[in-house]
Amino acid sequence: MEQVLQQIGIDQYIFLAILLFCIGAFGILYRRNAIVMFMSIEIMLNAANLLLVAFSNYHEDANGQVFVFFTMAVAAAEVAIGLAILVAIYRNIGSIDIDKLKNLKG
Amino acid sequence: MSTTLLLLTLIFPLVGTLVNGFWGKHLSKKVSGTIATVAIAASFVTSCLFFAYIQSTQQPIKVVLFEWMKFSYFSIDFGFYFDQLAALWLLFITGIGTLIHLYSTSYMSHDEHFAKFFTYLNFFVFFMLILVTGSNLAMMFIGWEGVGLCSYLLIGFWYKNQDYNNAAKKAFIMNRIGDLGFLVGIFVTGYLYHTLDFVALQQHSYLAPSLGIATMAFFIAATGKSAQLPLYTWLPDAMAGPTPVSALIHAATMVTAGIFMITRLNFLFDLTPNVQHIIAVIGAVTSLVAATIALVQNDIKKVLAYSTVSQLGLMFLALGLGAYEVAVFHVITHAFFKACLFLGSGSVIHAIGGEQDMRHMGGLKKHMKITYATFFVSTLAISGFPPLSGFFSKDEILLTAFHHNTVLWIIASLASILTAFYMFRLLFLTFSNSFRGTKEQESHLHESPSAITMPLVILAALATVGGLISIPGNSWLNQFLKPVIKNSATLHPHTLGTTEYILMGLAVIGAFIGLGVAYMKYVKNKQVPVNDNNVAGIQAILANKYYLDEIYVFLIVQPINFLGSFFKKQIEALINGVVLSFGRIPSELSYQGKKAQNGNIGLYLFAFVIGVCGLIYYLFMCY
Repeated sequence: MEQVLQQIGIDQYIFLAILLFCIGAFGILYRRNAIVMFMSIEIMLNAANLLLVAFSNYHEDANGQVFVFFTMAVAAAEVAIGLAILVAIYRNIGSIDIDKLKNLKG
Repeated sequence: MSTTLLLLTLIFPLVGTLVNGFWGKHLSKKVSGTIATVAIAASFVTSCLFFAYIQSTQQPIKVVLFEWMKFSYFSIDFGFYFDQLAALWLLFITGIGTLIHLYSTSYMSHDEHFAKFFTYLNFFVFFMLILVTGSNLAMMFIGWEGVGLCSYLLIGFWYKNQDYNNAAKKAFIMNRIGDLGFLVGIFVTGYLYHTLDFVALQQHSYLAPSLGIATMAFFIAATGKSAQLPLYTWLPDAMAGPTPVSALIHAATMVTAGIFMITRLNFLFDLTPNVQHIIAVIGAVTSLVAATIALVQNDIKKVLAYSTVSQLGLMFLALGLGAYEVAVFHVITHAFFKACLFLGSGSVIHAIGGEQDMRHMGGLKKHMKITYATFFVSTLAISGFPPLSGFFSKDEILLTAFHHNTVLWIIASLASILTAFYMFRLLFLTFSNSFRGTKEQESHLHESPSAITMPLVILAALATVGGLISIPGNSWLNQFLKPVIKNSATLHPHTLGTTEYILMGLAVIGAFIGLGVAYMKYVKNKQVPVNDNNVAGIQAILANKYYLDEIYVFLIVQPINFLGSFFKKQIEALINGVVLSFGRIPSELSYQGKKAQNGNIGLYLFAFVIGVCGLIYYLFMCY
């Protein structure tokens, strides 16, 4: 198992993380459904997590993996609050399409 | 001791001002009038003490309270200087001031702003005291500006009448022109001698090349305050104020400031004979011009106002000839009889219920015996009948003029003959023949209360005997003023020879001619001046005051108005355009920027991502 990790090489992880991050970023930019956007955010966070874990293994240092736990905890809390807000918005205007959420218009 | 006394002299009127100014509304008229009168009377008492002190020791008192301003070359003290000149002025400012205050308690008793009136009146006296007691030019300037301010407040006292407000503004602005002269004078003097202190100036002054500018500027200042050509037109208009104010301004305070200042700076003026000539000529011309205008005025107070201008012209003539103590002498006697005349005219106006036109008066002799008697005495005095005070003072001026310049003597003599005529015209029109007003006014005719007649009697008595302080041969005043005046023109008094007696005789004959013509015209033939619309020829020119106001309007006011409207319409529009267009740029930019705030979260995120990409790109470029 360890050998597999070493065989793949750090740059493959970096490419995968970039790919995942870009998928997440494009998801945020092009999707209008707020829940899908949340999922995109999760993908971006996981891309970052993947990098942290990969670098941690590469450096043989556990700090990176500890950070991953923090990130996942914060992401969970964020999703909990974000979903609650979305529920509140849905009850008020009957939609979670972000094009309709224009209260911030100046 | 002297410091305390000095502070008391100044503080009494100030306390009166403050009490009436802050609590006047809550005090009864009797109390506030009494406070104001007592304040000036107390100042009069301390002034008497000062006078006695100066008279016995002959030593001027100098009090420096603190250093006021410090410059690299010189410093200015907040100090006071009491010498013979200041003592004299103090005496008649506070003395006549007290009488006028007493008179006002009765004269203004029906006015709703009673306490305010006395506040201003006390303030006026306070500033006048500062003016005469200041130890340097800057201190004098405080008083100089202060009396200007108070005159504005008092002339426009009945502020609900727009004409009166205009008169007040005119007085103020005309005075400002003169004050500019005073400032220029102060600056030049300070530049030349590095001091503004009178004592230091007197000791160290020498003929500096630009001294003429300074003295000329001082003289311009004096023409503003003392109503000489070309800045005299405010004084007749100042009749808009209550009569006691006119009396105070004309007799004791403001108009004498110019004469006081020139006398105070006599050592500077002596160094510039050219300026002295100008002063003498302007004085004589003003005297004649004002006297001719007074001939045809029908407003009782305006006649007196022009008479003041004329008398002041005579004083300036004396100043210009270097006879400072003669001018001071005439200031003092003039203060007595002019105060009496003004207060008397106030008494008359009071009796007829506010009427000031002499064509609607007449026959008041029967109803107002005391007013008539005092008015008669003062008229005799101002016309120069011996042995009343005006005779001696005016005659000394004429004598001095004769010894210097015959032309000036002729002009001054003519002016004084005209004085006799128009003053008796005033007297006869007001008091002789029968009453020309309405029936209702006639039924109300009455002698004024004692608070009005008492000052009249005192002033008439002073006008009678006031000349004794400087009669030929025994000139107490000249002796008294000797320490103040460096090069006295009358240091060697003229021996009374045949020439002098002839001149005196001529002056008396002139006065009798004036009296006689007025008597023939207005008592014998019972003439009454015609309506304003019917005057013609030279009379019209005189009645319109040589159109001097109109000339000023044409030469100064209209160009300024034109310039003002030009700047307002054209230049201001230009500046507005530039400034406003600068303002419009950010406004326009922000309007465009506002469109980016469309509330579309997707767009925000897109901008955010672009931003992050840009940042990363930048970081890569840096490393």
